[in-house]
Amino acid sequence: MSVSDLVRVQYFFVSFMQKTMTNPFLQIEDLHKTFSVKAGPARTVAARAVDGVSLTVAPGEVVGLVGESGCGKSTLGRLVLGLLPPTSGRVIVEGRDIASLNKSALRALRRKMQVIFQDPFASLNPRMRVRDIITEPLVIHDLAKRSDLDARAVELLGKVGLPADAAMRYPHEFSGGQRQRIGIARALACRPSFIVADEPVSALDVSVQAQIINLLEEIQKEMELSFLFIAHDLNLVRYFSDRVAVMYLGKIVEIAPAEEIYRSPSHPYTEALLADIPVLDPTIKKKRILLKGDIPSPTSIPPGCRFHTRCLYRFEPCDKIVPRTTDLGNGHFVDCHLRG
Amino acid sequence: MLKNDSLFAAAVHHFLKNRLAVAGSLLVSVVFVVALFAPLIAPYDPSAIDIPGILTGPSTAHPLGTDELGRDVLSRMIWGSRISLLVGFVAVGLATLIGIALGAIAGYYGGMVDTMIMRVVDIMLSIPTIFLILAVITILEPSIWNIMIVIGLTTWMEPTRLVRAEFITMKEREFVIAAQALGARDNRIIFRHILPNGLSPVFVSATMGIGAAILIESGLSFLGLGVQPPTPSWGSLLTSGKDNIEIAWWLSVFPGLAILVTVLGYNLLGEGLRDALDPRLRG
Repeated sequence: MSVSDLVRVQYFFVSFMQKTMTNPFLQIEDLHKTFSVKAGPARTVAARAVDGVSLTVAPGEVVGLVGESGCGKSTLGRLVLGLLPPTSGRVIVEGRDIASLNKSALRALRRKMQVIFQDPFASLNPRMRVRDIITEPLVIHDLAKRSDLDARAVELLGKVGLPADAAMRYPHEFSGGQRQRIGIARALACRPSFIVADEPVSALDVSVQAQIINLLEEIQKEMELSFLFIAHDLNLVRYFSDRVAVMYLGKIVEIAPAEEIYRSPSHPYTEALLADIPVLDPTIKKKRILLKGDIPSPTSIPPGCRFHTRCLYRFEPCDKIVPRTTDLGNGHFVDCHLRG
Repeated sequence: MLKNDSLFAAAVHHFLKNRLAVAGSLLVSVVFVVALFAPLIAPYDPSAIDIPGILTGPSTAHPLGTDELGRDVLSRMIWGSRISLLVGFVAVGLATLIGIALGAIAGYYGGMVDTMIMRVVDIMLSIPTIFLILAVITILEPSIWNIMIVIGLTTWMEPTRLVRAEFITMKEREFVIAAQALGARDNRIIFRHILPNGLSPVFVSATMGIGAAILIESGLSFLGLGVQPPTPSWGSLLTSGKDNIEIAWWLSVFPGLAILVTVLGYNLLGEGLRDALDPRLRG
């Protein structure tokens, strides 16, 4: 082994340690969010949208968050951004609990945390020019002189692959994919460290999805951004994420490094999600696992394991005892009686 | 419809297809032009008294006849249109401004502030507007400015409710949430993001409100609590005409028609705008 090899090994080790051991950018501790839902003229029931989530995101790390619609992943995204107050639990950003911050400190923190939304038609103000939309973060945080805004707008547009003349146009003049690029440019404007991407491509045509994912990946590498990448399609997060968390009815049921979760999914729900991914080669016979029924309502989360009503491998303890989180090693955790 | 059509172009297109709306906007513009150019259009001085020619019926010299002092009814109506429009615009402008301010606060902040503002609205709505106005006007001196302010201060409830409803729905829209996530302050979100997108129903209700305000002013003037003679307003023309209605029908009929046509015009225009601006109503 030569010296340069040693250096390389050491470098690899150090960067690995930095990614995993340094203070996380974001730390979520036992987060709960309960909404009260009207169930009748004088009756409200509690919907547990997020029901005990703990998760960390290291600087520069991409965490994919996958689950069916209605499982609370978007609510989790909003809680992380401080757009909703949690019912209990803590969201800690760079060591500070965001619930403890006053209004101006929270505003200052928002510079570092940005969001990309699902629907590029709803997330841009229809009455503002693209230039004003994408430079608004700079104006809000007083990061640029007014005379520099035009140049900054053009620079941001270039970064997301849009022509400079887009600046003076209005959002309705663009296609879905282009609008999503505008949304990304806005999120990048004040050079954040962390972005919540809330299903950024699920409203787009399949042909455009790949372009947007590639763009996000490029930007993530270049700016060393942390991402919480929310999606309902496991395939989408596969190549982009360092780790993948699978969410079911408000709780993370399995979390593992991305390749690991695809190689050996340990929760029956993850298995079912993976089985849903179409394979291009028709000669490959894939085991189809179809989930029975719909996701139960968050107002009546099943007792025991919350997945037992739809699980293929249900056995004795599942409908009575809540499974504990089992460490499978290598950063792989799962909540399932089969593994516990 | 073409995909690239702007929202505005689509609204204009839809509006122009609606014949009643176009008719309404024509009526409104005619009255507007008449009021604007009253001194040029009026054939006579509205207060020029002509004793030998009192109470003459419509003729070529006086198309709408003369009143009990020989003044030209047409000229008085033309000048009166200024009063009606002024009252309509100022009163509605005042009510809309109050409505936007209170509705924005109630809808955006919610909670206690919202409850308090909306209870005041409910209390105001429980008192019939016309009695409220009459009560205030009998205390104050009935001048044109007092009338405009009183009408404005008693009709702000509807715009308040509209703006509040608009703010409550807009608050959940993604671009507003995006602005919050960017760290925008409340006043930026209210004025740059929500208001420009939520004004069209307010605009519609203001248009209809102008018709209503003109009607209230005419009613007050008819009761003698509005614009005081000799200043001509449609309502005061109506009331001074009623004394001679048996021998000079034209004194009351023409101002009455003017009120009818103008109010109709604003209502048609308002309804047309509502249909054009609200994509949900579009067939």
